[in-house]
Amino acid sequence: MNYQIDENGFYGPYGGAYVPEVLYSNVENLSRNYQAILNDPDFKKELSRLLKVYVGRETPLYHSPSLSEVYNTKVYLKREDLCHSGSHKINNTLGQVLLAKRLGKTRIVAETGAGSHGVATAMACALLKLPCFIYMGEVDIQRQFPNVGRMRLLGATVIPALSGSKTLKDATNEAFRDWINNPLNTFYVLGSVVGPHPYPDMVARLQSVISQELLHQVPEITGKEKPDYVVACVGGGSNAAGSFYHFLNDPEVKLIAAEAAGKGLDSGFTAAATFRGKPGILHGSKTKFMQTNEGQVVEAHSISAGLDYPGIGPLHAWLSDTGRAKFVAVTDDEALDAGLALSQMEGIIPAIESAHALAALSQLNFKTDDVVVVCLSGRGDKDLETYIQYSNSKKTAHGNV
Amino acid sequence: METFKKNRLKTIFKSPEKKVSIYFTAGYPALTDTLDLLSLLAESKVDFVEIGIPFSDSVMDGEVILESHKVALENGMTIEILFDQIQKIRAQVSIPVVLMGSMNPVYQYGFEKFCQRCHEAGVDGLLLPDLPLDEYEKYYRVWYQQNDLAPIFMISPQTNGDRMKRIDELGEGFLYALSGNSTTGSTSEIGDNSEYLQRLSNHKFINPVVLGFNIKTKDDILFANQFADGAIVGSAFVKTLKGGFNKERTKHFLEQLM
Repeated sequence: MNYQIDENGFYGPYGGAYVPEVLYSNVENLSRNYQAILNDPDFKKELSRLLKVYVGRETPLYHSPSLSEVYNTKVYLKREDLCHSGSHKINNTLGQVLLAKRLGKTRIVAETGAGSHGVATAMACALLKLPCFIYMGEVDIQRQFPNVGRMRLLGATVIPALSGSKTLKDATNEAFRDWINNPLNTFYVLGSVVGPHPYPDMVARLQSVISQELLHQVPEITGKEKPDYVVACVGGGSNAAGSFYHFLNDPEVKLIAAEAAGKGLDSGFTAAATFRGKPGILHGSKTKFMQTNEGQVVEAHSISAGLDYPGIGPLHAWLSDTGRAKFVAVTDDEALDAGLALSQMEGIIPAIESAHALAALSQLNFKTDDVVVVCLSGRGDKDLETYIQYSNSKKTAHGNV
Repeated sequence: METFKKNRLKTIFKSPEKKVSIYFTAGYPALTDTLDLLSLLAESKVDFVEIGIPFSDSVMDGEVILESHKVALENGMTIEILFDQIQKIRAQVSIPVVLMGSMNPVYQYGFEKFCQRCHEAGVDGLLLPDLPLDEYEKYYRVWYQQNDLAPIFMISPQTNGDRMKRIDELGEGFLYALSGNSTTGSTSEIGDNSEYLQRLSNHKFINPVVLGFNIKTKDDILFANQFADGAIVGSAFVKTLKGGFNKERTKHFLEQLM
């Protein structure tokens, strides 16, 4: 089975570039040039230098004693939360902003959900000296306010997305609209493996630095040649794509994708696109997303703003259809419990997004000598208020019994 | 046997006069306003109409049309209802009708069935801005042809000469040329792109070319007509419907436009 894009930018039936004519030449130009730029020795040298000295790569592969004990196996955390920006998102934004400069673009737009991609884009733009405009849903601006302040401090302009559900999907729409209105000077730095070809492949390649490091870290640190499991959360799916990338063609490595079930798969408040979605065309690609029978996009729900997206990237739709990756659904409460547990047991506060991957472990059956790598995609500083409120409400509920 | 009717859109463009088209969103401001609006526009001097199929996430549209999509969906508008409405009024009005919208609702409805229903209901053209030309050629063209449905494609300032040629070869009815780089109803002025408009005007197209986006007034139409075979007014018209369809107010707007 092939898990790379074909010459038209499709993974099986998913992918492609469904863009209006005004964006066609931009997308086409990017398609023609991105691989050559990413593979150019000077570009690679500059990007890897920045990933080392600016981001702090490589990120550790850390053995988690308490999770290993809980699941009676060997659990390792790939510490993307230790990246300079606080999440894996900076791997992609540095690459794309460097690429934008190569293409002669002078202005950057991006969407953001939790703010992690927005912060990472704002940092890359500050470093590489390009003006930066971030669209963020009005709802997300409220629930991730610390990141809004960070973006502004970094010199970015944060523009509230006021349409639709006022979350990540709508921020993405607004970023596309901005690009349509400014196609000549502007580069759209997409934050996930979504959007028209070549974005899904380009973002997967830029994030594949995660699995690239695992190729040598796993043997060095675990003694095993390769992991038995790689587990990652999926909103659009960029950290999962990056964690899976070098293992896609190795069937001995089981790939687990944790989707946000929100309040439950049948609650009507979910973001689990492989469970509740069907194929269609959204944000420039054919992929799976939640929609009505008439093809209207259904608003997603997740406590995690970064996973609060009705679709997944086309690679993940394909991994789901082919069974190459196993998709599991994790509720808001399960994720919060897993996040609080890691904080208390090991002093690591994970982003609520990443906590979904941690919670997925309880749905799997491991052997004692399995090597289980969980991508800890980001840190939870932005989520403190949610964690604290949840923790207090549990204490109160407990006290009332 | 159904009598084969000639495509109305292709017929009107046989005459050399400049054309004016109006865009409105199906099911806005009220669900059944589609019918009254079509009747009114058919009685006016408007040459053809474009009816927007509402979509929750239309990236090509600006504030005014987005709002109309939202309201239309809240009103319960669906593709099936729209076809029924057009079919119902088709016996009384002969004005050419083009449907316009995002790919996904059409894809979910079923592309082949959609084209068949267009034919049954009396739709003359179909414009899906996010339909790639390659896919049209490979998969969908046959259904347009079987149902005498004109495929309408867009041209933008970003479209180079070779691609203009290809679009012109594939398109029928007319080519929808954007007045500039923008979403619908933006504040930019259509005169800002004179180099591109001149390029449009110089290019030898097989099809008629109609200019759309940000055309709000009679002056804009006259300006567009210097470069193209006609003009389309969308957001400016939809704006007049806000708060409820008022026949006199709409008539007045149309009179001022032409």
